[in-house]
Amino acid sequence: MEKVTININGADYSAEVEPRLLLVHFIRENANLTGTHVGCDTTSCGACTILLDGKPVKSCTMFAVQANGKHLTTVEGLAQNGKLSPVQEGFHEKHGLQCGFCTPGMMLTSVAFLKKNPNPTEGEIRWAISGNLCRCTGYVNIVEAVKYAAEKMKESNQ
Amino acid sequence: MAEAMGFGHAVKRKEDARFLRGRGNYIEDIKLPGMLWLDIVRSPFAHAKIKSINKEKALATPGVAAVITGADLVPYKLEWMPTLMSDKQMVLPVDTVMYYAQEVAAVIATSRYAAADGVAAVEVDYEPLTPVLDPIKALEPGAPVIRFDRPEKTNRIWHWEVGDKAAVERELKNAAVTVAQDIYIPRIHVASIETCGCVADWDPVEGHLTLYMTTQAPHAIRTVVALVTGHLGLAEHKIRVISPDIGGGFGGKVPVYPGYVLATAASVLTGKPVKWIEDRSENLQADSFARDYHIHGELAATKDGKITAMKMGVVADHGAFDAAANPSKFPAGLFSIATGSYDFQKAFAQVDGVYTNKPPGGIAYRCSFRVTEAVHAIERMVDVLAHKLNMDPAELRAKNFIRPEQFPYKSALGWEYDSGNYQGALDKAKQIIGYDALRQEQKAKRARGELMGIGISTFTEIVGAGPSHTFDILGIKMFDSAEIRIHPTGKVIARFGTKSQGQGHETTYAQIIAEELGIPEEDIAVEEGDTDTAPYGLGTYASRSTPTAGAAAAIASRKIRDKSRKIAAHLLEAREDDLAWEKGKFFVKGAPDRAKTIQEIAFAAYTNHPLGMEAGLEAVDYYDPPNLTFPFGAYICVMDIDRGTGQVKIRRFVAVDDCGTIINPMIVDGQIAGGLTMGMAPALMEEIVYDDNGVNLTGSFSDYLLPDFERERRGVVVGRADNGWCAGIQREKTDERMCARAIRLSALHPLSAIYHAQRCGRF
Ligand code: FES
Ligand code: FES
Repeated sequence: MEKVTININGADYSAEVEPRLLLVHFIRENANLTGTHVGCDTTSCGACTILLDGKPVKSCTMFAVQANGKHLTTVEGLAQNGKLSPVQEGFHEKHGLQCGFCTPGMMLTSVAFLKKNPNPTEGEIRWAISGNLCRCTGYVNIVEAVKYAAEKMKESNQ
Repeated sequence: MAEAMGFGHAVKRKEDARFLRGRGNYIEDIKLPGMLWLDIVRSPFAHAKIKSINKEKALATPGVAAVITGADLVPYKLEWMPTLMSDKQMVLPVDTVMYYAQEVAAVIATSRYAAADGVAAVEVDYEPLTPVLDPIKALEPGAPVIRFDRPEKTNRIWHWEVGDKAAVERELKNAAVTVAQDIYIPRIHVASIETCGCVADWDPVEGHLTLYMTTQAPHAIRTVVALVTGHLGLAEHKIRVISPDIGGGFGGKVPVYPGYVLATAASVLTGKPVKWIEDRSENLQADSFARDYHIHGELAATKDGKITAMKMGVVADHGAFDAAANPSKFPAGLFSIATGSYDFQKAFAQVDGVYTNKPPGGIAYRCSFRVTEAVHAIERMVDVLAHKLNMDPAELRAKNFIRPEQFPYKSALGWEYDSGNYQGALDKAKQIIGYDALRQEQKAKRARGELMGIGISTFTEIVGAGPSHTFDILGIKMFDSAEIRIHPTGKVIARFGTKSQGQGHETTYAQIIAEELGIPEEDIAVEEGDTDTAPYGLGTYASRSTPTAGAAAAIASRKIRDKSRKIAAHLLEAREDDLAWEKGKFFVKGAPDRAKTIQEIAFAAYTNHPLGMEAGLEAVDYYDPPNLTFPFGAYICVMDIDRGTGQVKIRRFVAVDDCGTIINPMIVDGQIAGGLTMGMAPALMEEIVYDDNGVNLTGSFSDYLLPDFERERRGVVVGRADNGWCAGIQREKTDERMCARAIRLSALHPLSAIYHAQRCGRF
């Protein structure tokens, strides 16, 4: 067993874990943050995407011990002081979610992407999020949601 | 105060609030004190005898509490379970496995990881048998009969037919023109991003079972569990099925899978809650399969292209157990809608359900029962005919459409279509996409040796099952229900027998009640999925929820309005007849100032109701639809095909859908966009593939390719800019069936249109 401490959304979570424990299971079961989902076992779907020191990472493909001492953001950390972040708002306004299962991963990938590229074209958005699968929406509205968030972020930066 | 929006408004979804914050409550999120984990040992063979199962090493694995095999279930008579199709299915095999990845044993342990360790340590000795994989060969005389348990010594499960065979044969013999074509719609998978799972929680003191389960039909499941376990002393009032938030269903979460039963048995055995969650490979290999229809179609026509007869023969691969969920009287679902949008009076269809050594299949995948299959069959045949006659496929369709003045129209296979404007839909799609110009362009390109395809699919669906005289599942009639309670302060709780899996019921149903009672959507809480609280209903699949439970909500609202009128009359000291209703209030005719709002009436219902009247303001309705509904539409797809690489590029896709009365246009658009992408996938990339030994070669998302952002961009480019969504060619009249068409899913039509585009590209 290994002792790990991982900071998730600003709070430290410590536990003795097996070295083989996947990070996504640490997040879901040790930290009880169930917004991060699991949709596959081949690193294909992106439902488990979180931010690790700001970078999007598929948390099903990493061990918890590898994240020891790191800072994570999960979907639970997106809204600040009860206010939805621009990406969350975009998904709501543009109907970018149906069953909601892929949504946390989609949103975290989008957050990291918009930080790097605040002025994306549609093609760039599609490319950036192509590691995340959605079975419900057909993606049209997810792209719209990301565009909405980009606009919103620009406005608030002015 | 917020306003009641009602129909036609793009009300933002109520359910988003929790999903956006990671606060949904999916099956994986349920965690109970003392909970154990169940994992499953699966067969590496498609057909094999089990010689022995050795549990010893597994039982010695740290954390493993128990290992259950088929033999362990025999004393409880739980090794088999009934299916929703009056067949039976193995929970665990006692001596023979019937398909690759079939459940062979279950390991129960203190953690997910320990359970997986236990699975790896179970030793099973198999003797492989030759699998029967081709359903057509399975019907040949002398084919090995795989279902040893049945008295019938054949792989044919059932034969179903409808129509006038003799008349059709005569017509095919004498007609000026005939065409025949084999069409295979491959086995595909729903692949919702959430897999299946459950948490079974048996309380030995109360003899009570709570089953949290990814199910689209919680009430039906409760009744089935009661019937299956009755001999073990479990009764229906001691079973509570809770279907939490569902991460996509698409029909895959209707049947009962062995894992659910095993978790339940394990909870009874251990006295602890037991959780079972499939991983993706298990999901892609063992359950939630659809289609797999081998179709032979024939059409007869006059020289100038008037269709006179249709014949369809289908061999349906149902796998080793018939475990789809079709209405009892319709083993082949509603395939008899295969005459489509066309006017001819001679038709015959037959379907043979066949057992093979594959997992059960044939669920109603993002459509009504077998409607996708039917639409693709007729649309493909019409294109084949157009090709033979060298006619424009749009023109051939125009020649054969049922005309608007012919409705209500009795189809050759017995359905009464309610309404339609097929030519109108096709014209609209042609106009949006610029059909004539595209045909010109295609001609020019072909002259240059380039490939460009234009595919058309027009369709008539049959949804909203269904009227109780014809529709039941295991005898339970296919009504659905709504129960509405108005609290003293005018706020509402409404509960339904259906179960949303992303369709947005919480919002749509609130809009129906808002429309009927004038109560703002935000004051209406909608609940589904808990059999202890929701009224009995058959659940959500086959495009049925809004036409049935939605209609029940409207009627329950009207019952509430009837009582409200009496209370208002009492409060206003007026006669009931002198009152008029206007969204949200009753007023005295001619004196609009003398009014009582629904909120004031609700308060009075608990504080000041007329003498002799029951207190409270609530109603329940079990809605039995008088007919099904028959939505229609026209889709056109344009694609370029690279002659060198075969790469397909979809340039434009226009979808015109008859949506009837639209309750929430945003949600309807969303459903259609999702359906289009899903429909495109089997035409271009998705297929479940087995090797010669019956091993599934597409058991992960690296092999079973779902459309992603990039693939989708290369594929379908669709969007509101196309102006093609929900053109609403014809509005249905607003009566009890008002909600009939608002939410429905259209997975197939893109398949047909794309397929046709590919075909025409090649010709
Ligand atoms: S669960 Fe991590 S990529 Fe699918
Ligand atoms: S919203 Fe259901 S998978 Fe994306």
